[in-house]
Amino acid sequence: MGRKLLLEHINVPGINTLEVYRQKGGYRSVEKALKQMTPEEIVEEVKKSGLRGRGGAGFPTGMKWGFLAKPEGVARYLVCNGDESEPGTFKDRYLMTYIPHALIEGMIVGSFALGAHVSYIYLRGEMMPQIRILEKAIAEAKAAGFLGKNILGTGYDLELYVQPGGGAYICGEETALLESLEGKRGNPRIKPPFPAIAGLYGCPTVVNNVESIAAVVPIINDGGEEYAKIGVGRSTGTKLISAGGNLKKPGVYEIELGLTCEEFVYSDEYCGGIANGKTLKAVVAGGSSVPILPNNLFFKTANGEARLMSYESLSDGGFATGTMLGSGGFIAYDEDQCIVRNTWNFTRFYHHESCGQCSPCREGTGWMEKVLHRLEHGHGKMSDIDLLVDVSKKIEGNTICPLGDAAAWPVASAIRHFRDEFEWHVTHPSEATTRNFGLAHYADPLPKKEETAA
Amino acid sequence: MSDKHKVTIDGITVEVEAGTSILNAARQIGGDIVPPAMCYYSKLEGSGGKCRTCLVQVSKGSEKDPRPMPKLVASCRTTVMDGMEVKNITSPEVVEARKGVVEMLLLNHPLDCPVCDQAGECHLQDLGYEHGRAKTRYEFDRRTFEKVDLGDKIQLHMTRCILCYRCVFTADQITNTRLHGVLNRGDHSEISTYISKAIDNDFSGNVIDVCPVGALTDKTFRFKNRVWFTKPVQAHRDCDHEKCNGKVTLWYKGEEVIRVTARKDQYGEVEEFICNTCRFDKKQTSDWVIEAPTKISNKSVISSNHYDTMKPLPVVKTNPQLLEANKEQFERDTRL
Repeated sequence: MGRKLLLEHINVPGINTLEVYRQKGGYRSVEKALKQMTPEEIVEEVKKSGLRGRGGAGFPTGMKWGFLAKPEGVARYLVCNGDESEPGTFKDRYLMTYIPHALIEGMIVGSFALGAHVSYIYLRGEMMPQIRILEKAIAEAKAAGFLGKNILGTGYDLELYVQPGGGAYICGEETALLESLEGKRGNPRIKPPFPAIAGLYGCPTVVNNVESIAAVVPIINDGGEEYAKIGVGRSTGTKLISAGGNLKKPGVYEIELGLTCEEFVYSDEYCGGIANGKTLKAVVAGGSSVPILPNNLFFKTANGEARLMSYESLSDGGFATGTMLGSGGFIAYDEDQCIVRNTWNFTRFYHHESCGQCSPCREGTGWMEKVLHRLEHGHGKMSDIDLLVDVSKKIEGNTICPLGDAAAWPVASAIRHFRDEFEWHVTHPSEATTRNFGLAHYADPLPKKEETAA
Repeated sequence: MSDKHKVTIDGITVEVEAGTSILNAARQIGGDIVPPAMCYYSKLEGSGGKCRTCLVQVSKGSEKDPRPMPKLVASCRTTVMDGMEVKNITSPEVVEARKGVVEMLLLNHPLDCPVCDQAGECHLQDLGYEHGRAKTRYEFDRRTFEKVDLGDKIQLHMTRCILCYRCVFTADQITNTRLHGVLNRGDHSEISTYISKAIDNDFSGNVIDVCPVGALTDKTFRFKNRVWFTKPVQAHRDCDHEKCNGKVTLWYKGEEVIRVTARKDQYGEVEEFICNTCRFDKKQTSDWVIEAPTKISNKSVISSNHYDTMKPLPVVKTNPQLLEANKEQFERDTRL
């Protein structure tokens, strides 16, 4: 049984209320941080913990906090990025729905560490229930003296606001989020300057994922070194994984980083295997924007080692044979799923969500969507497959924000690993519209290279 | 060495002020190594970074930190560091990426150059010729829009737009009120007024000048003539608008002023913004003091307006019948 830090009391009735949350040891970290620690010590503790951003990129949180510029007389802000919109990821919503106080507690500690007196929680507009839950929780915290003027008599003031966004995926990109928070069109800014220098209203700002902020609570309670003991290597602590797709027990799981992929998928403690006795065909390990992997490459790395659920192990082998932990949106596909259709579906999402600011992403995502639509519906040509690879290369790395990369990677990786299936869609157009390609050789042990079954 | 930075672009070293962008450093060198720019406009603050045609490779970050930058960077928004080494046309990666960007830009562009007023002075046309492919690989319907009149002087043909945001920045920075902006997102995004308003202020005409393509055109000039048949001259008038100093380019066809624009430099950027009175209402030679012919680069198609062909051809001069038929034209030309 892995250690639970964030979801330890998730099943306690009434944990969403301040009263029960306090009984279970909530807001200890606020008392400890505000009364016994200096802001520098908190940042140092977070650095020691090795906590890495849980939103996708995996940038060390402590380092990010350390980069924050601290000019005299200029306000600083902590902004919580709750714009979770990646297909396959729903961990933050879960956390905010059931333990809203964990986030608020983390926000207070984080704001104190960064010297922010006004902090924002930016949520996607569709999360209206969560917005109400958080606002209620903030009111409770305020009544109990954890927010507002002179918190716990320490002289520290903090106002916390919840800001609903308009419901755009792009507003999860930190600079687009800041633009949106300022009331403008959610277009990503051109960097530099980075938000740590000039963010919200031109002031130094830190933008963190919901889970990263909540993870500060156990770090302060138990100490950074204690937190760093969990996990492997540079992947420390626990991570929420939102498992979905053809699994027996889909849901949000808190895992210790370093758990083997095999255990995560098949053990009864976690996903419990593939639903309906089918075989696993492919896995998207970290939300729709990370490269998709076939069964065999997911459980074993290219050099035959068992793959672990950690930042390093999942990206082992680079993009040729690896993927990324991303935001933890785990999607499993069984043998009945069509990879071409899935790729088209993802691309349709990115086409819809591209902000339209820079040309490769604006035009390229639409192009890929149209070509994939044609392939999926049996009108494709063999040359389309190489065209897709070429277009994805032209988008990747040439855009202002990572949405271009996120749109290009799933397409490039699907073709890299499932080229047979794409070709089958071209050679058997009428069959492709009535049945799926099936499992083929994607679950075979790695060294064996077999002919396509269909 | 605090305020001067040495930067090497494609092997040519230049010393520039700190804070200069790579693109502007390249423009100080000039020639082929200047990256093309579709959205960057030196007169407009905050422009650039969107079209991605100016991507360059930074092979050495600076003297202090010689690591190369991992990705291609937009040269218009990246400032130079001391000792920076930049590869533009010497990097195959850049050439390839730029080709891709041009292809993307042309993806939804209608390529209706034969009927487009911008043809001949269109930046996208130049870019397509220099860096593009001969054929597109795009086999789907292009995005189309209805033409919209933004007031009685400006027409918006959104189909041609490449969403460079220049006109938005112009309206923000040159005029007092911005009445148009970008609606929607992705490849549905469009420049629009909210909702079908007219753009009406003294400097609104400048959006026509900053538009790199034929999306915003001058309704007083639409379909009047091809630019390469017109003859540009520099002129000025005593404009009573406080922000306009009346320095313009007049575009003549015969002795008629058919268009007035701001003066543009070699990168197609206006030198000074002009007011709408100068642009739209003063179309008599008598309104202006003419200075000199405008210098047109010999690479531009506008320079192919052979001034002498406006005179009757030799055959006309000798044939009495043709002489009679072209009498009016002949008289006008000889008067000139």
